[in-house]
Amino acid sequence: MDRSGLHVRLKQTAPIPLDAKFACGEGELLALVGISGAGKTTILRTIAGLYRPQLGHVGCGEATWLDTERGLDLPPHRRRVGLVFQSYALFPHMTALGNVLAALGHRPAEEREAVARALLDQVHLHRLASRRPAELSGGQQQRVAIARALAREPLVLLLDEPFSAVDRPTRRRLQTELTELRQAVRMPIILVTHDIAEAAALADRICVVDRGETLQTDRPADLLAAPANARVAFALDLPDEQGRIF
Amino acid sequence: MDWQALALSLRLAALTVLVLLPLGIVLGRLLAFRQFRGKGLAEAFLALPLVLPPTVLGYYLLVTLSGNLPIGQAWQTTFGHSLVFSFEGLLLASIIVNVPFAIQPMQRGFEAIPTEIREAGACSGLSPWQVFWKIDLPLAWPGIVTGLVLAFAHTLGEFGVVLMVGGSIPGETRTIAISIYDRVQAFDYHAAGVMSALLLALSLLALSITYVLSRRVGRRHG
Repeated sequence: MDRSGLHVRLKQTAPIPLDAKFACGEGELLALVGISGAGKTTILRTIAGLYRPQLGHVGCGEATWLDTERGLDLPPHRRRVGLVFQSYALFPHMTALGNVLAALGHRPAEEREAVARALLDQVHLHRLASRRPAELSGGQQQRVAIARALAREPLVLLLDEPFSAVDRPTRRRLQTELTELRQAVRMPIILVTHDIAEAAALADRICVVDRGETLQTDRPADLLAAPANARVAFALDLPDEQGRIF
Repeated sequence: MDWQALALSLRLAALTVLVLLPLGIVLGRLLAFRQFRGKGLAEAFLALPLVLPPTVLGYYLLVTLSGNLPIGQAWQTTFGHSLVFSFEGLLLASIIVNVPFAIQPMQRGFEAIPTEIREAGACSGLSPWQVFWKIDLPLAWPGIVTGLVLAFAHTLGEFGVVLMVGGSIPGETRTIAISIYDRVQAFDYHAAGVMSALLLALSLLALSITYVLSRRVGRRHG
């Protein structure tokens, strides 16, 4: 059995129905796509350890973070997960540098500042290191959030609707930067979005989520050409064979 | 000017605040972040001193702390004197009376921290203890200071409960508020006026601080 990459299996009937099963390999970008309220963010939060489902297994490589059968549920700070929140959730009382430093607790103290500055450099923010989040634009805040998530040296990077809160030009620029970032890192990346066009442009594979259930996982071109059933087409807002929108 | 009463009031207020600081942080944070059965009842119980007449609260404290009930008996046996009409009894009463003044602003301070920011702390590898020190305390501090300032100022001005539990023993339980009353009874309006002006100024200063800090809490995440 291939244990590299991220493996997720979740099942729950209430309060939020979940029936999810997917994997994401090293260096792969998997997009979880579905309408608002489909359960995408809950799946992401489960991977990070912020939500505990009734039944499930979440592991990455040799590490197992959640195994309800064995009663194992590691808290978020013991999972090497980098999560970029939709609102970015930067620490408002810390500078950009401070935000990144806060996630470097696992490194020796004397190395932290150099590593944090290098990470801010990687996201083109080295000149704004001393600014607080309130003094940064939406795009800049997102870059700090990405640098902070990477500071953890995560085994998996989770992005929750990262482009929803910025204007169109910023979104295009950030999407280009995400593509560049993928050249630099090799961990699995899970991108949550409701925008199928965005997912198709950025992801290696797309996993369609509806009412907490993963319906189909495929390469964007294959998925768009041949949705497995009417429910997938409906979730993606695709026309049917007669050209009708479901 | 009754300097002895002022010194006693300041000592009482400082010790009250010292006890309420950790207590307020623990309870305020618990009420802000945890959901549990009976939370509404617990909050109502803690807020009781805000609405109860001081004499009612003072009466119950007097009965509880006197030698007739286990807590008063235990104190009497251990220390050889009664809790009522003593500085220690006054301090205990002061702490109880000030619980809502300290806890409520602290609770609001913790509640103002968005859940996602605390979650981001955990996802950045911070343990719950580190989240407390690096996220919760720095973001909730205006609420914490507001609670302490209010409790301090309220202790200086408390009258009814002090009179019921402590009486007016010079150097032991006669606070500045009681001393003002005594001076008026003795027609010494000058001394009463000086002490009243001092309490007025201190109260105004305390309220100014709390309003400035309250605005800071509101602005923090704007």
